[in-house]
Amino acid sequence: MEYFLQQLINGLSLGSIYGLIAIGYTMVYGIIGMINFAHGDIYMIGAFLAVIGFTAIGLVGGLWTPLAVALVLIIAMVFTAAYGWVVERFAYRPLRGSFRLAPLISAIGMSILLQNYVQLVQGARVKPISPVVQGGFELMERDDGFTVNLSYMQIIIIVLTLVLMIVFATLIARTALGRSQRACEQDKTMAALVGINVDRTISLTFVIGAALAAVAGVMVTMYYGVVDFYIGFLAGVKAFTAAVLGGIGSLPGAMIGGILIGLIEAFWAAYFSAEYKDVAAFSILVLALIFRPYGILGRPEVEKV
Amino acid sequence: MSWRLSHDGLREVLMVMMVAMLLLLPMVGLRTVDSSSGLGIDLHIAAVFWAVLLIGLGKKSLVAARENIPVIAYPAACVMLLSGFLAPLPTGFLEFFALAGGFICLTNAILMTLRGGRPISKNSFGEGMDVVATKIQAATPQVAWVMFAIVVALPFVFPDRYVLDVSILILTYIMLGWGLNIIVGLAGLLDLGYVAFYAVGAYSYALLAINFDLSFWVCLPLAGILAAFGGLLLGFPVLRLRGDYFAIVTLGFGEIIRVVLINWYQVTGGPDGINSVPRPSFFGLAEFTRRPSGDLPAFHEMFGLDYSSIHRIIFLYYLILVLALVVNFLSVRLRKMPIGRAWEAMREDEIACKSLGLNRTNLKLMAFMISATFGGFAGAFFATKQGFISPESFTFIESAIILAIVVLGGMGSQLGIVIATLLVIGLPEIFRDLELYRMLTFGIGMVLVMVWRPRGLLAVREPSIRLHGLHGKGAKS
Repeated sequence: MEYFLQQLINGLSLGSIYGLIAIGYTMVYGIIGMINFAHGDIYMIGAFLAVIGFTAIGLVGGLWTPLAVALVLIIAMVFTAAYGWVVERFAYRPLRGSFRLAPLISAIGMSILLQNYVQLVQGARVKPISPVVQGGFELMERDDGFTVNLSYMQIIIIVLTLVLMIVFATLIARTALGRSQRACEQDKTMAALVGINVDRTISLTFVIGAALAAVAGVMVTMYYGVVDFYIGFLAGVKAFTAAVLGGIGSLPGAMIGGILIGLIEAFWAAYFSAEYKDVAAFSILVLALIFRPYGILGRPEVEKV
Repeated sequence: MSWRLSHDGLREVLMVMMVAMLLLLPMVGLRTVDSSSGLGIDLHIAAVFWAVLLIGLGKKSLVAARENIPVIAYPAACVMLLSGFLAPLPTGFLEFFALAGGFICLTNAILMTLRGGRPISKNSFGEGMDVVATKIQAATPQVAWVMFAIVVALPFVFPDRYVLDVSILILTYIMLGWGLNIIVGLAGLLDLGYVAFYAVGAYSYALLAINFDLSFWVCLPLAGILAAFGGLLLGFPVLRLRGDYFAIVTLGFGEIIRVVLINWYQVTGGPDGINSVPRPSFFGLAEFTRRPSGDLPAFHEMFGLDYSSIHRIIFLYYLILVLALVVNFLSVRLRKMPIGRAWEAMREDEIACKSLGLNRTNLKLMAFMISATFGGFAGAFFATKQGFISPESFTFIESAIILAIVVLGGMGSQLGIVIATLLVIGLPEIFRDLELYRMLTFGIGMVLVMVWRPRGLLAVREPSIRLHGLHGKGAKS
C-alpha cells in the first residue's frame, strides 16, 4: 500500500511533465494536422536553458530560491518560445500545402539539427546541477521503515502544472487568440475569410507550445538534476504517446494521457522491470494507435474524398 | 534605382538579427563547462556578436537582391565572403558559415541580375530542377553502365584498404536505400524504423553463425527470411494506420527492437554486443586467413597468390556490390510488375486504389516483407564485415540517415539514391575535419530539401507507364 502510494506520487509528477509536453503536440496537430517531431527537442532546449540559468545564478552568488526559480522559468520560456517560433517559420510554414509527408520529414531534420546544435555549442557531456529545491514531507511510514515521501519538488511540479492548465484553458476558451485558434482548427480558409491572421495564429500556437515545453524542461532539470542533449527524443515520443492516448487535438486529453503515461511508467518500473519501461511506453503507443487511434477523448476521424 | 532598402526590408533584416540574438545568446554565448566545483560557464559573447553580424549581412544581401538593389546586395555578400578570410572570427564554424553564406548570397545576387531582378521562387527553382532531373533520368542507362564499370574496376585500380572500406560503406547504404525505397518510394509509406530489419538481419546472422555453426551462405537467406518475418509481424498491426501515425509506430517498433537487444542479455549480449562474428568464407571453398584453422584451404594458396589481408576486403566489396545490384534489379523489375504498379497507384491515392478493388493489406504487407528481406541481407553483410555488432549500430539516427538518402535522392528514383548516398555518406568521408558538423549539416539539408524540393532532388513526376508513350501510340516509356 505504502509502496503503491509512493509510485502514485512519482507517477503523477512524471505524468504532469509529460502532459505539459503533450499539449504542444496536440495543439499543433489540432491546428495544422502534423506531428511536430522536433517538439521533444524544443523541450530539451528548455531544459538546457534551465541548466544555464541555474548555473549562471549560482555563479553570480545566488538568489532567494523562489525568485531564482521564477527567473529561470521566465527566461527559459521566452528563449524557448523563440526557438519554437523559428522552427515553425523556417521548417514548417513554407511546407504548408506541400505533399503530406513533407512536414514530417522536415520536422525530423529539424530535430536532428537541434540535437546536434546543442551538442556542438554545449558539449555532449551530461550536465549536472546542484539540487535547487530540497526536502519534503514524510507522509507515512511502514513497519519495516519504508517511508512515503512527497518532496517539495513534486508539489511544485503538480501545482505548477495545474495552474498552467487553468491559465491555458482560460486562454483557449475566453481570449481572442483562443477563438482564432479554434477557428483555424476547424477551417483555415474560412478563418482567413473572416479576418483571422492564420499565419500569426499558427505561429502563436508554436510559441505557446514551446513555452509550456520549456516549463516541463525546467521542471525536469530541477527534478532529476541532470540533462543531456538526447533527452528530447524519448520524452518527445512519450509525450506524443500521451497526446495520442488522450485523443490528439484534445487539450484535456493531452493532460489525462500524460498522467496516464506517467503512472503506467512508474508502476511498470516498480512492479515489472525498470529496463523495459521504455518498451512499455512504446507498446502503449502502438496499442493505442491500433485499437483506439482517436484516443480517450477524441472523436473518430471520417475520411472524406 | 533605389539606393536604400525599403522600410519593410530594413525591418526584416533587423528582425532576423534580433531573433538570431535571442536564439544564440544563451545557448552559444553561455557555454556550460565542467569545472572542479560542478558546472562553470564560459562566455562566448564574441562568437554570438559575429554570428549575428554575419546573419544580418547575409539577410541584407538577400533582401537587397530581392528588392533589386545591386549596390547593396553585392557589397554585403562580398563583405560576408571576405570576412571569412580576414575577420578575426572566433571559431572555425563561423569561418565556414561566412564563406558558405557569402558564396550563397553572391550567387543569389548574380542570379538576380541575370534574371533581371525577378526573385527566385520555389516554383522557378522547382522547374529548373525538373529539367535537370529529367535529363539525368533520361541518361540513366548510360550513367548506370559507366558507374557499373567504375565500380567493378575500383578494387583493381585502387587496391587500398581505406578506399575500399569507404566504398563498402557507401554500397551498404545504397543497398539499404534501395531496400527502403520499396516501402517509402514505391508504396508511399513513411517507415521510420527500417533499422529494425537491419538489426534483425545482423543479429540473426551473428547468432545463427555462432550458435549453430552455419556458414555465411546458409545464414544469408535465413537472415533475410527472419527479417521478412519481422516485417510481417510489424506490418500486420500497423497497416490500418494513416501516414504520420504509421511513421510514429514504425519508429516505436524500431526502438522496441533496440531496447530488447540491449536488455535481453542472455541471448544478445546486451549493450556489449556480440564479438567475433564469423567472417565469410570464399563460397565455402576457401578461407581468407593466413593459416586456416578448419579443413578449408587458404584463399591465397588456392589461387597461388601471396597472402594479403586485402583479399578479404575485395571479396567483401564484390559481395556487397552483388547484393546491392540484386536489390536494384529486383526493385526495377518489381516496379514493372502488376504489384509495382499497384504500389505506385496506392502511393498516389489510396482511396482510388481501394475503389479499384486492389487489396491494400496484401500490397502493404508485400512491400514490407520484400523491403525487410533486403534490410536483413544488408544486416547479415554488416555483421560479417564488422565482425562485431552491438545495439549502438541500430539507433533511430541510422533509420533517419537511410530515410534521408531515399528522400533526398527523390523518392522512387534508383539513381537518385546513389547520388544521395554519395552526398550523405561519401562527402563527410572526404571532409573528415568537418566530422563534428556532419549531423548538423545533415539536419539542415533535410529541412532545406523539403522546403525547396519536397519530392527530392531527382524526383520527376514521371509515370512508369503511359497510354500514349513518348514516341508514338502505346509505346512504353
